[in-house]
Amino acid sequence: MDQPATPNSFRTGPDEQGMFGIFGGRFVAETLMPLILDLERHWNEVKNDPDFRAELTDLSTHYAGRPSKLYFAEGLTKHLGGAKVYFKREDLNHTGSHKINNCLGQILLAKRMGKKRIIAETGAGQHGVASATVAARFGYPCVVYMGATDVARQSPNVFRMKLLGAEVRPVTAGHGTLKDAMNEALRDWVTNVDDTYYLIGTAAGPHPYPELVRDFQSVIGTEARAQILEREGRLPDTIIAAVGGGSNAIGLFHPFLDDKDVRIIGIEAGGRGLDGIEHCASMNAGSPGVLHGNRTYLLQNADGQIMDGHSISAGLDYPGVGPEHSWLRDTGRVEYVPILDDEALEAFKLTTRVEGIIPALESAHAIAHAVQIVPAMDKDQIVIVNLSGRGDKDVHTVASMLGMEI
Amino acid sequence: MTTRIDRRMAKLKTEGRPALVTYFMGGDPDYDTSLSIMKALPGAGSDIIELGMPFSDPMADGPAIQAAGLRALKGGQTLVKTLKMASEFRAGDNETPIVLMGYYNPIYIYGVDRFLKDALASGIDGLIVVDLPPEMDEELCIPALKAGINFIRLATPTTDDKRLPKVLQNTSGFVYYVSMTGITGSALADTGKVAAAVTRIKGHTDLPVCVGFGVKTAEQARVIGANADGVVVGTAIVNAVANVLGPKGEKTADPAEAVATLVSGLAQGVRSARLAAAE
Repeated sequence: MDQPATPNSFRTGPDEQGMFGIFGGRFVAETLMPLILDLERHWNEVKNDPDFRAELTDLSTHYAGRPSKLYFAEGLTKHLGGAKVYFKREDLNHTGSHKINNCLGQILLAKRMGKKRIIAETGAGQHGVASATVAARFGYPCVVYMGATDVARQSPNVFRMKLLGAEVRPVTAGHGTLKDAMNEALRDWVTNVDDTYYLIGTAAGPHPYPELVRDFQSVIGTEARAQILEREGRLPDTIIAAVGGGSNAIGLFHPFLDDKDVRIIGIEAGGRGLDGIEHCASMNAGSPGVLHGNRTYLLQNADGQIMDGHSISAGLDYPGVGPEHSWLRDTGRVEYVPILDDEALEAFKLTTRVEGIIPALESAHAIAHAVQIVPAMDKDQIVIVNLSGRGDKDVHTVASMLGMEI
Repeated sequence: MTTRIDRRMAKLKTEGRPALVTYFMGGDPDYDTSLSIMKALPGAGSDIIELGMPFSDPMADGPAIQAAGLRALKGGQTLVKTLKMASEFRAGDNETPIVLMGYYNPIYIYGVDRFLKDALASGIDGLIVVDLPPEMDEELCIPALKAGINFIRLATPTTDDKRLPKVLQNTSGFVYYVSMTGITGSALADTGKVAAAVTRIKGHTDLPVCVGFGVKTAEQARVIGANADGVVVGTAIVNAVANVLGPKGEKTADPAEAVATLVSGLAQGVRSARLAAAE
C-alpha cells in the first residue's frame, strides 16, 4: 500500500466525512445514521462552547481529580539505568483509569441531547465502571454489555458496576470479549433509538466517536506536555502508550503529533506471539477492513471474517483499533510495536516492586516497552509512559498466571 | 437498463399481488444443503431470493441469523462459495432475481471491482449491504449501479421525510422498508404504522417498497402485503432450518423440505393479500 503523503499537520483530522485518510467513516445501518448525524450536530455545537468546557473542567477537577500527576519514576529509572522515565498518572483518577475523562465529556453531551438511558460496552471493565459512575452521578439508568469471558476475568469491576446501579449484561457470542460486547451494544442502540445514548469507550466506531473520544482524552497529552515543560524545560524524547482501541494512547499522543522531535510509540498486545493468532496486534499483523462503523486495521481472515485475538489484558483484547491510529501508522508518524503477555507480566511485577505502583495490565504493556528501550538511551533523555490505569482489577488474572490462589 | 428484479416486480404488478421475498443464509448448515434450499424456493412460491452472505459480526441481526451465519462459517462458507452457489442456482433458473444480503467487510476484502465482476457473472441482480448508508455511496453503491447491479437501500422508521430523498437517491430495484427500529427477528411492529410508512415512502419514489423485519407467518405476510409491494421473510426461514438440526448440527429432517413447506404457506399469505384488502 502507498504511504499517504505527510500532511502539514497531523492534528487536523478527521475530514467532514469523518475520514482520517482512508480510515474512519460511518459504516452503520440506516437506522443508526440519523442518530449519528444528530450526535455530530450536538458535538459540533458543544465542542467550542465555553459553558460546556467550563462544566467539564469543573467536574474533571473536583470529581475526577484532574490534572493527573506527571510522576518521575525514580525507582524504575535507576533500575533501568538509561533515560529518565516519567509516568502520566491516569491511574490516580477517580475510578482508577483514563476512562473517566471520556465518560464525563459524553455524559454531559447526553444530557444536552436530552437522552434518558445510557448504554456502554466494556472489555476490562474500566470503561464500564466509568460509565456506571457517571450514570450514577447524573441519575441515568445504565446498561453495560460485557463479554462473558471478561465478566469472569474482571469480576471486581463487574461488582463495582453493579454497586453503582448499572445492569451488566454478559455477552456469550464469539469469544465473549470486547468485540462481541460492542456488537451487542450496537444491537441495543438500533432497537432503542429514541432515548438511548451509546457511550462508546474508545476512540473507534462511526464518526464522530473517534474524534470526540480523542478530544475528551487529549487532556492527558495537553497536561503532560505542559507538565514536562515545567519540570524539565523541554519536550520528552519519547512517549509511549498501550493501544487496544487506543483512547488513552490517542489522548496522550494527539497534543504531541506536531512536535516532530518527539518519538511516539503505541504498544499493541502481542499476546502469545505474532506467528499464530493469539494476539491483538491489528496494526502489526492485520489489514484494513470495516467493522463497528469504521474502516481500520483489523485481525481478519482471507474471507473478511473478523478473528477473535487474544491478550492477557482484557482492555487490549480487541481485533481492531481506532481509525486515527491506523492513519498515524500508515503516515509513519507513530510507531506501533507489539509486547507479549509475558513481557507485560514482567513489567507489571517490576513496576509493583520498584515503584510501589500496581499498574493495569494494559499500562504494563507500555511500561514493558520502556523497559526494553530505556537502558540504551542517554541519562539526560526523557521518556513519558502513560500509566493509563491501576492494576487492582488484574490481581486475580496475575495470580492465576503466576500459579497462585488468592 | 432493466434487471431481473425490475422485470419480476413489473410482472407481479400486472398480477396485482405483492412479491414474496425470501432470505436464507448461504452455506447454512453446509454448502450442498443450502443450495438445495435455494433451488426449492421458487417452486414453493418465492418471487425474489435474498441470499445471505455470512459475516462474523452481524451487528443488525438477531440471535437466529447470527447463529445461522456462524453455522455457515463453521461449515466452510466463504464469499467465493456464496457466489458459486448463486451461479449453480442460475444454471437452472434464469428468471428468479437473486439479491445478495450482508455486511461490507467480506466484499471490501474480496475487492469491490472483482466482486462486482464475479457477482454479475454469477447472475446476481441486487445487493443489500447493511452497513453502507448513503453517506458511504462511493464505496460500493455507485460502482454497483455502474456495473448494472441494483443497490437496494434500507429505509427505517428513523429515516424521516427530510432524509428519505438522500436514502432513495441511488436506490434501485426496490426499497426495503425495515418495519421497526431493532434487529432481525424481533416482534412485528404495529401494522398500521408500517402501512402508513409504506404510503409515506411511496410519496417519494416510484420504486416498489418491500417490508421486512418481524414477518414470520402467512397471516402477517397477508396483512403487510395488503399495501406493500413485497414482503420479506428471513428469520422464520432461518429458524425452519435450525429446527431440523440436532444438537450436534446433524439433520433430523430435510431442511429444504422444511423451508419449502414454510414458504408455501407464506406464498398463500401474500397471494391473498390484495384480495383481502379489496374485500
